[in-house]
Amino acid sequence: SGTLKPLQTLSGHGDRVWNVAWNPQGTILASCSTDKTVRLWAQEGDTWVCKTSLTEGHHRTIRSVAWSPCGKLLASASFDGTTCIWEKKVEDFECIASLEGHENEVKSVAWCPSGALLATCSRDKSVWIWECIDGEYECASVLNAHVQDVKKVVWHPHEELLASASYDDTIKLFREELDDWTCCGTLRGHESTVWSLDFDADGSRLVSVSDDQTVKIWKGYDANQASQLGLPPPESKKDRVWKCICTLSGYHTQPVYDVSWSKLTGFIAAASGDDSISIFQEKTELGHSDDPTYEMAARCAQAHDQDINSVQWNPKVPFLLASASDDGLVKLWEYIN
Amino acid sequence: GKERLENANPIIYQKKKTRVISPEDENESVEDPFDALEIFDLIRGINDPEHPLTLEELNVVDEDNIHVDNVKNEVVVSFTPTIPHCSMATLIGLSIRVKLLRALPTRFKVRVHITPGTHTSEAAINKQLADKERVAAALENMNLLQVVNQCIL
Repeated sequence: SGTLKPLQTLSGHGDRVWNVAWNPQGTILASCSTDKTVRLWAQEGDTWVCKTSLTEGHHRTIRSVAWSPCGKLLASASFDGTTCIWEKKVEDFECIASLEGHENEVKSVAWCPSGALLATCSRDKSVWIWECIDGEYECASVLNAHVQDVKKVVWHPHEELLASASYDDTIKLFREELDDWTCCGTLRGHESTVWSLDFDADGSRLVSVSDDQTVKIWKGYDANQASQLGLPPPESKKDRVWKCICTLSGYHTQPVYDVSWSKLTGFIAAASGDDSISIFQEKTELGHSDDPTYEMAARCAQAHDQDINSVQWNPKVPFLLASASDDGLVKLWEYIN
Repeated sequence: GKERLENANPIIYQKKKTRVISPEDENESVEDPFDALEIFDLIRGINDPEHPLTLEELNVVDEDNIHVDNVKNEVVVSFTPTIPHCSMATLIGLSIRVKLLRALPTRFKVRVHITPGTHTSEAAINKQLADKERVAAALENMNLLQVVNQCIL
């Protein structure tokens, strides 16, 4: 098996770092913190340096950051209940919009693959879909399917299908139906809060991580296979049904807070409150099995000095990974076989 | 006037004696791992949100309900609400957690939960206290932080 080689430690945040996000070109890393700032890191020669810090947008913890598919816009979601949209100008990023509506802390923000839609979620139990029309952001739908705090939203890589993870221990899926958004699936299996999730490259599988210390892999099947799989049929024939096909347990001794499924390599990185990062690799024929085996390809037991809150693979450079921790640091890693 | 107390006549327990300093404790060259009594010393003086009494005097915290693992860097504290429907239980748990987060080295993973079978909403309160994100957000609420600080300081 391989190792996770530390490349560089990026220090600068004054408090715990909650989330990291690579721009689609893989050239800029955004990080956000309890210190109420977003930092943007880019390479100068061989070294990653902090290029700028966005300080004017929020008056409480910034929990989540996300890049638009074109890479020109950045969204930041905060405990102050708002989501800021930042636009790249010649020299710097400028806050061009502040999305208000959630009753309390916004936990996650994500852009759909076309860039036309934005999703946010909050402790107020709702998921909001925002539409961008001529530079104006309007709420297209408020989804109240979850019964608790919603922790994370992630879009399908190719379709307008949204997945959300919640304190109610479930994952829910949403899509548009006749001009309105609707919940089209509920994934049950985790025994506690689902903290994060991610799709694989073609969107046929999902990985989720939880307070129950496990990592689960789910596969989407055609609606007509539901009864055969022992699952309730979906709302509509065009919806997939999702089944948990693999549970990775015993690898982490604290909650698993984040997960990233590399669209380039198929490797899964998981970050935990036990200060470790683990890397999983599928051993069966990639993406085809109904009963796949995933093996731990690498583990860094003390990747940070405290809880690791976020982990993300670079979208362009294979095996380049970023992580963020309560220790206030962002770290870059390379998986080496 | 004063609001009616939930538990108007709590049983008051005798305070325990404090640690007797042994010569070994004062020897700087001997490594001194954290033990349950040391954790107890940090939280025994926390004030109950309802009574002018400490958590020790109400027997909410007790040295026997504290477990420390210096190798795994784990601290687990169970606390016992005075009555099974105590609405202050979450606040008490939060105060214990905050006190320990402030006082202990960051290497420790702190878990604070209700002594099994002593509260009607045990599972829900335990889940809330274990959720670092909700704890972090709660502590950014100035009113709540003030209440917690009044219990701790």
